[in-house]
Amino acid sequence: MQKQAIFQSKLLPCALVAPQLAIVLIFFYWPALQAVIQSFLLQDAFGLSSTFVWLDNYIELFKDPAYFEAIVRTFFFSFAIAVSSLSFALLLAVMADKPLRGSMLYRTLLIWPYAVAPPVVGVLWIFMLHPSLGVLSRYLRGLGVDWNPLLDGNQAAALIILAAAWKQISYNFLFFLAGLQAIPKSVFEAAAIDGARPMRRFWTVTFPLLSPTIFFLLVVNIVYAFFDTFGIIDTMTRGGPGTSTVTLVYKVYSDGLLGGNLGSSAAQSVILMVMVIVLTGIQFRFVERKVTY
Amino acid sequence: MANVTLRNVRKTYTGGFEAIKGVNVDVADGQFCVLVGPSGCGKSTLLRMVAGLETVTGGEIDIGGRVVNQVEPADRDIAMVFQNYALYPHMSVYNNMAYGLRNRGMAEAEVKTRVEEAARVLELAPMLERKPRQLSGGQRQRVAMGRAIVRQPKVFLFDEPLSNLDAKLRIAMRVEIRKLQRRLNTTSIYVTHDQLEAMTLADVLVVMNGGQVEQVGNPLAIYEKPATTFVASFIGAPPMNLMSTRTDEIKSQLGGSASEAGILGIRPEDFAITDQTPAGGVALPLMVEAIERVGAETFVYGSRAQDEQRVAATPGELPPGEVIVRIPGTEAPAIGARIRVAAVRPKLHLFSGDGRTRIEA
Amino acid sequence: MVEDEGIRRYVAHFILWVGIAIVAFPVYIAIVASTQDNALIANGQMSLLPGGHFFEVYYQTIFVGTSGSTREPVGNMMLNSLVMALAIAIGKIAISIISAYAIVYFRFPFRMAIFWIIFITLMLPVEVRIYPTYKIVADLHMLDSYAGLALPLIASATATLLFRQFFMTVPDELLEASRIDGAGPLRFFWDTLLPLSRTNMAALFVILFILGWNQYLWPLLITTRDDMQTIQVGIRKMITTTDALTEWPIVMATAVLAMLPPVFVVVAMQKLFVRGLVETEK
Repeated sequence: MQKQAIFQSKLLPCALVAPQLAIVLIFFYWPALQAVIQSFLLQDAFGLSSTFVWLDNYIELFKDPAYFEAIVRTFFFSFAIAVSSLSFALLLAVMADKPLRGSMLYRTLLIWPYAVAPPVVGVLWIFMLHPSLGVLSRYLRGLGVDWNPLLDGNQAAALIILAAAWKQISYNFLFFLAGLQAIPKSVFEAAAIDGARPMRRFWTVTFPLLSPTIFFLLVVNIVYAFFDTFGIIDTMTRGGPGTSTVTLVYKVYSDGLLGGNLGSSAAQSVILMVMVIVLTGIQFRFVERKVTY
Repeated sequence: MANVTLRNVRKTYTGGFEAIKGVNVDVADGQFCVLVGPSGCGKSTLLRMVAGLETVTGGEIDIGGRVVNQVEPADRDIAMVFQNYALYPHMSVYNNMAYGLRNRGMAEAEVKTRVEEAARVLELAPMLERKPRQLSGGQRQRVAMGRAIVRQPKVFLFDEPLSNLDAKLRIAMRVEIRKLQRRLNTTSIYVTHDQLEAMTLADVLVVMNGGQVEQVGNPLAIYEKPATTFVASFIGAPPMNLMSTRTDEIKSQLGGSASEAGILGIRPEDFAITDQTPAGGVALPLMVEAIERVGAETFVYGSRAQDEQRVAATPGELPPGEVIVRIPGTEAPAIGARIRVAAVRPKLHLFSGDGRTRIEA
Repeated sequence: MVEDEGIRRYVAHFILWVGIAIVAFPVYIAIVASTQDNALIANGQMSLLPGGHFFEVYYQTIFVGTSGSTREPVGNMMLNSLVMALAIAIGKIAISIISAYAIVYFRFPFRMAIFWIIFITLMLPVEVRIYPTYKIVADLHMLDSYAGLALPLIASATATLLFRQFFMTVPDELLEASRIDGAGPLRFFWDTLLPLSRTNMAALFVILFILGWNQYLWPLLITTRDDMQTIQVGIRKMITTTDALTEWPIVMATAVLAMLPPVFVVVAMQKLFVRGLVETEK
């Protein structure tokens, strides 16, 4: 796609793209390149010299059971967060799509958590479910649950999934509602006349017509769970107890910061980059084609 | 005030596509010139070349005695009315009209006088402070006109300015444009695909097809003596009936040298339902297939069953073998009836077999 | 439809209110906790109704800070967050709109190459190149500075693509009319394109402001001085690992203060927010 009507100057456009080009090259391409280069290097203990070690950093990583666990954990978190948040948001959106009184108010009251920062989400939820002082922990213990996410890795994981899914509800709700509103009402009416009851109508008409939105949101939620959960994890559990809530991004951060193993951290960054590119690629490919009607 | 002269103007795109294949047109000072033709014939491209929005790849464009091929649009002293009006949506009507004047450094007092004068002429005075989206289609069109006239340019250029209006408004604005142009007496070039608009507006009509000029002249002269079968069928509605002269039936009726011509044209209104054959004229038996009664007149669609050698249709044409006849609204033959129609000798148009040359018999 | 009448309608209202309650509950708890006495909370005796320490807690939070972990007043952290968020939003819009203008309205050498160079940045968030970026910023002596906070986060293509998309929908005739009206490239940009982009810029600003305000990992890495901390970083430093020392009312007040600006923006500018969100994700 190109404009037909254009201006002739050559110098002016170069001047206009220069600032963005400079920033992108300095703060994006240079570091990305550095990450790739560093992932092939091994630094000595004092950081004074480094040797080229081919794929050693990568091989080390894949031999490391902790890394493998982090991969599995990250994908598990991603799917758990995406599925729970998406289904709850879809329920709310289907309800809010009905011609109800005050539907604008409902929308307002449901979308604001989008604006809450991940670390704040972490703080809010750890406070409610803190083993010793959380207001909800009392009830859990009342129910006979031995609730202590600071010691129990599974409980910690559940807490993070819960908090991360909570934050994502508003975003998913908004896109589902937009998707629902884009479906012509006459389609539902036709299905009703064809004798489909509401539940059946949802599964045979609404859900298929919404599938582009669902797929799009699935990818966005997975990417979200990859990156934006960092703030939640860092304020709630700091990866613990043990390493039971360490995700890939958290591992890049903590290995680089604490261990000072820059080669390994860089290799992890590169692997993450590849994963994100694949995810984005899937999104572009499939969202554009298959799932559109 | 200026004349506009196009000398062998050409436009070839970088891909090699030749949009304009050498056009010569001369528009005298104060004349209203209309470029008409089917879509894709190059008429808009030609206009945009005059405006300076498209580069000229061959020939010369001369405005008021100055070759402007390399001159920026802003410096050509032209004003243009676009099909979609291209009003600045964020500016008031007043500012839309004032913008071009201010860019040229005109004093604000003079800008005000000119805009208000234009607003008065175009009856836009009450809506000067409104934004374009608050106006009706006709009002927007008038603002676009206003933006052109405040500039008092040497030449007005119109690119299908009425095609976004509904039929009724289109006719009203057509009359407005003509009146305005007469009063301002500014040389104008107007592009349209609507032959009726072209006929009613033009001092000089330029019929274009495939990047070339088919015929230039006074609209009525073109109507009466179309130079090619393309012009014959494009100008006039419903279009002229064209048929091969090779069939024995027609050949025998034409006689003499006329029978050597390849194509015979007869306008629907030049037929009459009659049993007689006028001397030197042509009579055809027809089977009535459909009729359209529009009140003042009736259109009869008939077929010539025996016409074996059909003339290939030119753009926007009747199916071969079909003949349209226009008769007074009081008459209406029955569908399925067999009738005989005839046209007198002076109303016959003869063309060479390829349709490119008119033959005066 | 008929079925939407009656009982189903009440079910819908009910489900929506349950959803709202779930969404709002953690925030309600935070507000309540920020008005109570720390000793009470630390004992697990927190009341579910607001307490009487509202002014005292918020005064200490904004102007003094915690007495233990970091001693930075949250007011100052908010100022840092504000500067960073504004710098990201305005900076990104400014550099993006001019580069999109160049890419759409001009033909110049390497135009498509430059477009792709910018486009690819869309794919990789700052998290995946965090340490090399840190090193660059350190080499440029931009640690603990607003420029260091904002610049690496400006380096992304979303806004450029959005403006490009929008410019493509602006009719060509507008530029042609401007040229006939004697406007050059800069004048066309300033007089016509910029005013037409107002809504897009506003929608984008809303989204970028929220994203900027909520940044966490990057500020966490490059701010070492307490007085350069953003509020998101500050709040984490308040939660000490030894629970007993955490001053929960102040933590919760900070959480509320951290939510306030972006939530306000979402609610007050809902239309722009929705538009911006939908458009930046396309």
